Amino acid sequence: MAYPSVALARPARRRHTLLHEIIRNRWAYLFISPFFILFLIFQAFPVAYSIYISLHDWRGLGPMDYVGLENYKFLLGAGGRAFRQSLMNGVILFFMYVPVMTFLAIVLAVLLNSKYVRGYRIYRTVLFMPYITSMIAAGITFQLLLQQDNGLFNIILQAVGASPQPWLETKWLARFSLCLLIVWGWLGYNMVIMLAGLQTIPHELTEAARIDGANAVQAFFRITIPLLRPVIVFSVILSTIGSFGLFSETQALFRSTGGAGPLRSTLTPLVYIYDQAFGRFRLGRAAAAGYVYFAFIFVLTLVQLKYFGREEE
Amino acid sequence: MATQIREERRFETARSDLQRRLLRVGALGLMHALLISVSLFMILPFIWMLSTSFKPQTEIFARPPILVSSNMSLEGYRYIYEYKQTGGVLNVVKNTVIISTSYTLLALFFCALGGYGFAKYRFPGRKFLFSFLLATMIVPQAVTMVPTYAMMVKFGWVNTFLPLIVPGVANAFGIFFMRQYISTLSTELLDAGRIDGCTEFGLFWRIVLPIVLPGLTSLGLIFFMSSWNNYLLPVIYLKTPTLHTLPLMMLQMTGPMGFSLYREQMGVAVISTIPLLIIFLVFQRRFVEGITSGALKG
Repeated sequence: MAYPSVALARPARRRHTLLHEIIRNRWAYLFISPFFILFLIFQAFPVAYSIYISLHDWRGLGPMDYVGLENYKFLLGAGGRAFRQSLMNGVILFFMYVPVMTFLAIVLAVLLNSKYVRGYRIYRTVLFMPYITSMIAAGITFQLLLQQDNGLFNIILQAVGASPQPWLETKWLARFSLCLLIVWGWLGYNMVIMLAGLQTIPHELTEAARIDGANAVQAFFRITIPLLRPVIVFSVILSTIGSFGLFSETQALFRSTGGAGPLRSTLTPLVYIYDQAFGRFRLGRAAAAGYVYFAFIFVLTLVQLKYFGREEE
Repeated sequence: MATQIREERRFETARSDLQRRLLRVGALGLMHALLISVSLFMILPFIWMLSTSFKPQTEIFARPPILVSSNMSLEGYRYIYEYKQTGGVLNVVKNTVIISTSYTLLALFFCALGGYGFAKYRFPGRKFLFSFLLATMIVPQAVTMVPTYAMMVKFGWVNTFLPLIVPGVANAFGIFFMRQYISTLSTELLDAGRIDGCTEFGLFWRIVLPIVLPGLTSLGLIFFMSSWNNYLLPVIYLKTPTLHTLPLMMLQMTGPMGFSLYREQMGVAVISTIPLLIIFLVFQRRFVEGITSGALKG
């Protein structure tokens, strides 16, 4: 008896379901709406408006003159050497510090996770402290430490018999110094992430490998690293975005050149765009640079995900 | 024959035992050497920052380097206390506290609310909207920087704290974080509240928020820290020195011609670092939880 009535009721119910569900959950929509409202105003609209600006020559206060793709041509042509250098710098910096920092973070995490090291909490605290420090404060301090004449690093170098170096003056040393500051600031953060990742790997796995005759180094490369892969990918991708978006670090370390460093060796895309927009009032060009940069980093992230991310499937 | 072989074996095991023990001692030594040298590298800038902030100009680059001397004074701190352009360092501290605190409280409210919406309601479009929210995280600041500035000029928000607070108060990371946290709450608790006549917002305010307090602390620490240390937004929007924040004052302070302000800059750096350091030491566990949950679940 009940069967036909259910069958009859079904089409009617289906027609009302969606609207009914939306009304029933109206509170949920209200709760999540602030994000979407702010997104529309401060992300979606600017992203669209940025296309419009990038097609104009705009000096800030004056009128906007339509110039078509002129700004993009500039960036990819002879005048855009500084911009292309900034993208290149992002790649160079990435290769200079990310492998070293990631490897060091994993090694330190493994050490702190092992039963042989005491004072786990003290080490973790000390290594993590730089992460909460303002990069401006740290950058000025490093500038002080790395001074060519009478900076503490050079004094220490001389004390052990090495010759002092112009840390902030030449192209590659400037990049090295920047990497030193970044590793100082971010090593602890990456280590803490790796440590959390390690703690999800059961001890039995590495112990079983050891019983089967693997030594500590083999167990590290064959078991720990593969199992940590998702966490490593996360940290490497964050570091990629980080090395292109460096801003305060270079501002503090290379203040006299507005963050560009000697021969623009530490000019990053974000600093280039900031300088075009707020230093030279070339807003159209800055907007175009923002787009090219976005495309560049988007492709780079996809490539990274493809190469490291998917292997476990 | 047999005894000879046994003898040899015993000798071999003895030797490999010794080797193994030596190897272990060596490895342990290396491990600790690495940990200690990295730790020293991490601590050194803090010590140098603090020491420099008390040193007279002549001792900042002294050779051999001076860590503590009898010439140390509070002169540097007096300079930044009386620094007229920004209304003294205390005014700058006040600005930084106002911005960071209001941003943190508002962002916690809106992110928890959004996270609650996504975690506890099965509304149509939920999956799509949430994926969309995560996808917005890939838009870099470099793209929106110029047009947002143009908008802020139109709004008349330049030289106010609003551009530093409003755009990010309901951010994707925070909502993602709180959704993870709130999903673990039992739905029965909420149903019980509903039966008792709680409104949907009342459920959030009276039941959910108090329970997720640890999660709010973790997230709030991250928000507070990133706002406190932010440099890019203040340098774009805060043109008037009396509105400056600590990182801005550190870099933009000027002295009488020909004088380096390293000591004074280090003084501001110390003032900027110490509050965060204290907060970090007190809430260390929550801090680490907040940092890691994004990496492991994401």
